[in-house]
Amino acid sequence: MATETKDFVSSCIDAGGSAVGMPQLCGEWMGNQIFWLVVTLVVIFLILSRVALPRIGAILAERQGTITNDIAAAEDLKAKAVEAEELYNKALADARAEAQRIAAEARAEIQVGLDEAIAKADAEIAAKTAESEKAIADIRAGALDSIKVVATDTAGEIVTALGGAADEAGVAKAVQARVKG
Amino acid sequence: MASDASAAEGSSLVFHPMDQFIVKPLFGDGAIAWYTPTNVTLWLALSIVAIIALLVLGTSKRAVVPTRTQSIAELAYGFIYKMLEDICGKEGVKYFPYVMTLFMFIVSANFLGLLPMSFTTTSHFAVTAVLALAVFLTVTVLGFVKNGAAFLGLFWVGSAPLALRPILAIIELISYFVRPVSHSIRLAGNVMAGHAVIKVFAGFAAIGAIAPVSIAAITAMYGLEILVAFIQAYVFTILTCVYLKDALHPSH
Repeated sequence: MATETKDFVSSCIDAGGSAVGMPQLCGEWMGNQIFWLVVTLVVIFLILSRVALPRIGAILAERQGTITNDIAAAEDLKAKAVEAEELYNKALADARAEAQRIAAEARAEIQVGLDEAIAKADAEIAAKTAESEKAIADIRAGALDSIKVVATDTAGEIVTALGGAADEAGVAKAVQARVKG
Repeated sequence: MASDASAAEGSSLVFHPMDQFIVKPLFGDGAIAWYTPTNVTLWLALSIVAIIALLVLGTSKRAVVPTRTQSIAELAYGFIYKMLEDICGKEGVKYFPYVMTLFMFIVSANFLGLLPMSFTTTSHFAVTAVLALAVFLTVTVLGFVKNGAAFLGLFWVGSAPLALRPILAIIELISYFVRPVSHSIRLAGNVMAGHAVIKVFAGFAAIGAIAPVSIAAITAMYGLEILVAFIQAYVFTILTCVYLKDALHPSH
C-alpha cells in the first residue's frame, strides 16, 4: 500500500519513506537545492552589501571617531589642566616673591626709621651729655668761686678778729695762692 | 521493508540516520522539480531570516554603545573583515561582502541545522559544491583578470630547482583542481557525519538500559557539533580568503 503511494515520488526513498543510500547523492533533488541556494545566496549578498555591512561599517567608524574625539578632548583637557597648574604655580611663586619683596621693603623702611631714630636719640643724648657736662663744669666753677669768696671773707674776718687790718687785696692774693695750691 | 521490521519486533533497533537529509516538498506529495518549494527552501529562507535578524535588525539602533545582538553582529563583521585583511591585504577588502555572505550563510545554516527536527542545508554536497565551485570560479577568473598569464606562475614554483619545477607544476595543478572538491566535501562531510552519529545514538535510546548512556553521548556529540558548526564555517571562510590571496598575489 505504502509502496504504491510512495513509489512514483522518488527513486531515492524506499517504500517505508526512508532514504535509499545517501540522500546527498540523490540526483533528483540537486537541481532544487542548487536553485534555492543560488536564490538564497543572492538575497543574502544583496542584504549584506546594500544594508547590513555599510551600516555596521558606519557604526564601527562612528565609534572609532567618537573614541578618537574623546581621547583628543581628554588630551586637550589634560593639557589645559597642566597649563592651569603651571599658571597657578607661577602665580603662587609670583605672590611669594612679591610678599618677600614687600617684607624686605618694609624691613628696610623700618630699618631706616630705626636708624634715624637711633641717630636722633644718640644726638640728643650727646647734646644732653654736653649740656650736663657744661652744667657740671659751671657748677664746679661756681663752687670754686664761692669757695674763694667764702675763704677771702673768712680770712678777712679772721684777720680783723685777730686784730690786724685786713688788706683786702693781700687776703685775696693769699687765698688765691692757697686755693690753687 | 523497514516499516515491517520495526513493526515485527518492538525491541529491535531501527536506524534511519540518513532520513533527516531527505528533501521533501513543503506542500503536497508530488515529485520535486527544480522550482518546488521544499524543506530546503524553508531552511534556506530561515537562514536568511536569521541573518537579517542578526545583522540588520540587531544593528537598527546604530548604538555607539552596542546592545548584545549588535555586539555579536559587530564581532562577526570584525572577525571576517580582519581575517580577509590579514590574509589578502588591503586590496582583498573589496571582496568583503562576498566572503561575508559565504561565512554568514554557512554559520547560520550550520547552527539552524542543530535545532531538533530541522533540515541541515549545508549537509548536502549539492549545496557545498555550489559554494566551493563559486569560490573556485571566482578565484580562477579573478586570477586571470588581475594578473593575466602571470596567474599561471602559481603553478611554476620559482624557488624550486629547475629540474623539479615541471613535476611540482603537475602537483600544483592537481592540487588546484582538487581544491573545490576538498573545500565542499570537508564542510558537508563534517556536518553530515555529526548529525548521522547523533541519530545513531538516538536509535540506541530505544533500549531502556542503554538510554542514559545514549542520551549522555548525544549531549556530548551535540556539544561537539556546536563546535564543528562554527569551525567548519570558519575553515571554509579562511580557505576562501587563502584562495583569494592566490588570485590577488599569485607568486609563491
